[in-house]
Amino acid sequence: MPKKIEISKLDLFYGDFQALKSVDMTVDGNNIVGLIGPSGCGKSTLLRTINRMNDLIEGVKIKGEILLDGVDIYRSHMEIYELRKRVGMVFQRPNPFPLSVYENVTFGLKVEKFSDRVKTAEIVEKSLKDAWLWDELKDKLKESALTLPLYQQQRLCIARLLAVEPEVILMDEPCSALDPIATMKIEELMLDLKRNYHIVIVTHNMQQASRVSDLCGYMLLGEMVEFGKTSDIFTNPQDKRTLDYITGRYG
Amino acid sequence: MDRHFFDELNSVKDMLLSMGSLTEEMVNIAVRALVEHDIKLLDKIPENEARVNRYHVDIDEYCLKLIALHQPTASDLRFLLGITKINAELERVGDHAVNICRGVSTVLEQAQLKPYIDIPQMVDIVSRMFEDSLHAFVNLDADKARFILLCDDQVDQLRYKIIQELTEIMSQDPSKVGISVQLILIANHFEKIADHATNIAEVVIFVAQGKDVRHHFNDPID
Repeated sequence: MPKKIEISKLDLFYGDFQALKSVDMTVDGNNIVGLIGPSGCGKSTLLRTINRMNDLIEGVKIKGEILLDGVDIYRSHMEIYELRKRVGMVFQRPNPFPLSVYENVTFGLKVEKFSDRVKTAEIVEKSLKDAWLWDELKDKLKESALTLPLYQQQRLCIARLLAVEPEVILMDEPCSALDPIATMKIEELMLDLKRNYHIVIVTHNMQQASRVSDLCGYMLLGEMVEFGKTSDIFTNPQDKRTLDYITGRYG
Repeated sequence: MDRHFFDELNSVKDMLLSMGSLTEEMVNIAVRALVEHDIKLLDKIPENEARVNRYHVDIDEYCLKLIALHQPTASDLRFLLGITKINAELERVGDHAVNICRGVSTVLEQAQLKPYIDIPQMVDIVSRMFEDSLHAFVNLDADKARFILLCDDQVDQLRYKIIQELTEIMSQDPSKVGISVQLILIANHFEKIADHATNIAEVVIFVAQGKDVRHHFNDPID
């Protein structure tokens, strides 16, 4: 049976600059995969290749393969829209649309021309519940999402993803704009969501990687230096470069 | 680089080594008092014990602070866990040295049973194991630590031999029960010190290589 995501020998160039060097990584099972490494090491670039977010950047060349359920997302005829519905993304700063809370959650459904009002209302409720927002926002569904505090905006973005039932959720430093309490809530939410979704998170916060991820990859200068169980990476990494980074001896 | 944190790691290591030196001195005093029949040597023991106990508390407190404030990982985390474990082992070694000294002072009040052969041999091995365990920690020398693990069986065998011999003496001459029991207790305390040296050696392997060799779950020789 194919793995959910299998990345092999992935090279990515921005013009002449090679940002990813023969990266291998597998995402499967009810695991949260964390990607750590210093700024510019390629972890966000790697994350963005998984739903082809780099395609729009001029001069990008990609070699190697990324298989989603065994299908190459770059060489098959998979539509980008279809790919991004299956592989959703949460960004560093919350990016709710300038619409109501309700319309934000139903946005993806509207794009899909889903018109069953009753079913839509059920999906909104379930998505907000799954993102731990229902109790907080059930009486504010018509209010503008932009009036919400940042931590609710970020969870609303997650609810908006959940409404279209993705299989994989990519998170690019989802807590970097949030305070410790809001960060804790997102982390708890991730641990809940991993039962039903495959999650890959890029984080600069090593404590966050160690708290939430089951598998962890350390990247440096475009290479996947080490990839393995988070408990091993944080207690007994095998590569000296990982050890130096984990223990703060890097740089 | 978190230079301040690394300085703190070195400070806590220095504290542990000072505690180790004190404990080593206590064991040496106990050994010399027994071998040289010199009861005056025991005078220094209470002061050393008090200092060892102070280190025991201070080192744990320091490690707790470093773990809470710096959230160490990988080799640094193993190092601090190792320090707390060795700290506990050293404190116990200090207690055994005190108990040996008490036994020695009783033994020295009485005439020597016979020329001692196995006890000095056992004491020699135990002293070396303990000393080597501290050196292995200083240099994080897993090979030396593995060698210490192999010595423990020798100590167990000698202790068994000593107990057998003293039991024989007691059964033949009940007037020698008191001194024989004291010698058996002394042998037991030395055997426990060997166990603590073994535990320290296991911690050294864990700190140096991330391998847990306790209870032979992982082959210590591999």
